[in-house]
Amino acid sequence: MKKIIFFWSLILLTSLTVSAKEIFIEPSDNSQEEVQTALIELSSGDILTLSPGTFVFEDGLSLDVDEVIVRGSGINETILDFKNQMSGAQGLLVTSDRVTLKDFAVADAKGDAIKVIGAEGINMINLKTEWTGGPKSTNGAYGLYPVESTDVLIDGCVAIGASDAGIYVGQSKNIIVRNSVAQYNVAGIEIENSYYADVYDNLSSHNTGGILVFDLPDLPQQGGHHVRVFRNKVIDNDTDNFAPEGNIVGEVPRGTGIIIQANSDVEVFDNDISGNGTVNVSIVTYSNETQDENYNPHPKSIQIHGNRFGEGGFDPDVETGELAAILFELSGGNMPDIFWDGILPTSQIIFGQPDGERLVLSNNGDATFLTINPLKYLLPFFDPVETDISEYEGEVRPLAEITINSF
Amino acid sequence: MKKALLGFFYAFMSLHVLAVNDELILAEDFPTKLSDFTFFNDKSAQVPAEGVIPYDLISTLFSDYSYKQRWVYVPKNKKAEYREDWVFDFPVGSVLIKTFYYLHDERNPELGKNLLETRLLIRKEDQWHAVSYAWNEQQNEAFIKKAGKTIKTSWIDEFGEENQVRYRVPNKNQCKECHAANDLITPIGPKARNLNKNYKYDDGSFNQLTYWIKKDFIDSVPLNIKSPVDWTNEDLDLDSRVRSYLDINCGHCHATTGVANSTGLYLHLNEDRDTHLGIYKKPVATGRGSGGNLYSLVPGKPEESIMLYRMISKDPGIMMPESGRSLTHQEAIVMIRDWIKQMDKR
Repeated sequence: MKKIIFFWSLILLTSLTVSAKEIFIEPSDNSQEEVQTALIELSSGDILTLSPGTFVFEDGLSLDVDEVIVRGSGINETILDFKNQMSGAQGLLVTSDRVTLKDFAVADAKGDAIKVIGAEGINMINLKTEWTGGPKSTNGAYGLYPVESTDVLIDGCVAIGASDAGIYVGQSKNIIVRNSVAQYNVAGIEIENSYYADVYDNLSSHNTGGILVFDLPDLPQQGGHHVRVFRNKVIDNDTDNFAPEGNIVGEVPRGTGIIIQANSDVEVFDNDISGNGTVNVSIVTYSNETQDENYNPHPKSIQIHGNRFGEGGFDPDVETGELAAILFELSGGNMPDIFWDGILPTSQIIFGQPDGERLVLSNNGDATFLTINPLKYLLPFFDPVETDISEYEGEVRPLAEITINSF
Repeated sequence: MKKALLGFFYAFMSLHVLAVNDELILAEDFPTKLSDFTFFNDKSAQVPAEGVIPYDLISTLFSDYSYKQRWVYVPKNKKAEYREDWVFDFPVGSVLIKTFYYLHDERNPELGKNLLETRLLIRKEDQWHAVSYAWNEQQNEAFIKKAGKTIKTSWIDEFGEENQVRYRVPNKNQCKECHAANDLITPIGPKARNLNKNYKYDDGSFNQLTYWIKKDFIDSVPLNIKSPVDWTNEDLDLDSRVRSYLDINCGHCHATTGVANSTGLYLHLNEDRDTHLGIYKKPVATGRGSGGNLYSLVPGKPEESIMLYRMISKDPGIMMPESGRSLTHQEAIVMIRDWIKQMDKR
C-alpha cells in the first residue's frame, strides 16, 4: 500500500515539475526584450523570478497570461526602473486572471506604475511603487491600480508619490487592501465605484488625503457600496495637493483624513485618525453637475464608530477645492473632527431619512462634529449649523467581512 | 532547348514553392521568418502569392505617418461571412497581412520604401492570433519579434523635411490593447463598411466588396451599407470626418467592449450620448493626462479640451492613443481643433 502511495506521489510530483517552469532573469542591457519576451512566453503555472538589481526599461511591460507568478527578491532588492521610459502608459500592465505579483518595486513610471485591467483574481503582495523625486504633478497618476477586476488582494505594499492615488481600486468587486503603506501621494488609498472592500491595518500618512471612498457618475460600474475601513492609521496627511487640475482628487484639501463620498454602506471603525490639518473625517455628496439619471450622488448608511481621534482641523487648506473653505466659514474656524454636508434628496429633506440609511456616529471618544441642517438652510433666520454628535448615536449594524476567492 | 526546359522547370518549381503555406498558418508556433509563410513571390514581400489579395480601408489608423499595405488571404474553398457592424467572420486559416513602411523620400516614391514591419492576424483553430515580423536592414527578410522592437529611423516628407521617428513594433500584448473585444483578439479594419470603396487591382479597378465576391472570398453583402468617410477629404462634412477619424483611431479601445471601457468615454461611430462622447465629461483616472483641464471636450474651446491636449502630447504618461504613436498627427489636430471650435455651445 505504502508503495502505491509513493508511486502516485512520484507521478504527481513529476507532472507538476513538467507542467510548471521557473524562469530567472538578471538585469542586463537588454532587459526590455528579455523581460517582455519572458512575460509573453510564460505558460499558466509558470514563475518568472527577477533577480536582485535594477532593471532599466524604455517601454512599458505587459502581461496577458493567466495563473502566473512574477516575483522579485524584495522591494529594496529588485527595482524595475522606468525613468527613461519612452512609450507605454504604465510601467507594468496586467490583463490576465489569477496573477500574483510580489516582492519588487516599480520606480518612476511615466504614467501609472502597475495597472491591472479586468482581472478575475489579482494578488499584489509586497510591492512598492514610487516616484523618487518626491510629490510632483509630473508624477504618474496611480501606483497600484487594479480596475474592473474581481478578487483583488493588495497586501504589504508601499505606494509613494502618486499624483492621484497611491493605491487605487476602481470599478472592482471583492477587494482587500491591508498591511500597506501609502505616503506622499495626493490620495493615499482610494476605493472608487467599487463593491465589497475591506481596507485594514494600513498606514496612510503624509498624503494630501488619507483614505477616500468615492463614487463617480457616467461610468460602467457605479453605486459604490459595502466598504469597511478599519484598524488603519490615518495620520498626519499634510502634503499640499499636487494633482493636475481636472481630476476629482484635485479638489481634496491638504490635511484630510478620510472622505466618504456618494457611497452606501460604509463602516469606519477602530482607526487612529489624527494630525489631519483640515478635517479628520468628511462625508459628502458628489457636488459636480451630472446628467446621469442612474447615479446617486448622496452618501447613505454610513457608520463611523469606535475610532480614536487625535488632533485635527488645525491648519485648514482653504485654497484647494471648496470643502475646507465652506467648512471654515461654517465652523468659524473651529474645524470639527467629523463633517457631514447634510445634503439629502429633496424628499428626504422634508420627510426625513429612512432608518437604515441614517448616519451613525458612536463611541468616537471626544470627537467633534459639524453638519448642516438642510431644512434650516433653506429657511431664513435659522442657523443651519448643528454640532451635537449625540444626535447620531445609534446601534451599529456591522457589515460582513469580505472574503475573496484565493488562488 | 536545354535552357528552355530548365526555364520551364524553374517556372514549374516556383509555382509550387509559392503557394501559401496553410499548414504553417495553423501550426501552434509561429515561424521565425516571414518568408516561411510564402505569402509573397519576392524577397521584400511586395508581390503577393496566389490567393493573397491587396485591400485598402476608407478610414485608417494613424501610425506615425507610416504607410500601410494590406493583404488578405482566405484559404481555397472557404469563405468569410458578412456581419453587421463588425469585421467579416473569416474562416479558420485566414490571414490579414499588413506591412508598415516609410518612403525614403515622399517627393519621389521611386527612391523606394523603408520596410519596418509586417503584422499578421492569423485565424487559427481556437481564435485570432497577432504577431509581428520586423524587417532586416537588407530588406530581404522579416524576423519575428514577440517582444516588439524599437526602430530609430527617418524619412523625407513631401516638403523635403527630414523627420526622425522612434518607431515601435508592438509586442503581442500591445497588439491586443487595440485588437481586443471582450478580451479576445479581433481584427478591426476589414468591416464591410470600411472596405466599401474602389481599389486598383492588377486586373482593373473594382469595388473591393464586389471583387471579394468575384474571388469567392465572400458570398454577399447587403446593398446599402453605411460607411465611414475618408477623414482626409476636406470637401466632406466636418462632423462626419471627425467621427470617422475617432472611430478608427480611438473607437476600438474606447468602447464598452474595449480596453478603455472603464473610462466611460466612448468614441466609436455608433455612440450618440454627449457625455460619453466627451462633451463636458469630467476625467476619471486621467492623472496628468488632464493637463489641468476640466472636461474631455469643451464646445468652442479646443485649448481647454482634454482630448486635444492628449492628442498633441508625445509624453507617454499623457498621450493618446497610449501606444502606436510617438509623433503628433498634425493634420488631425487641425481638424479636431476646428471641430471643437465650431461645436455648439450647450
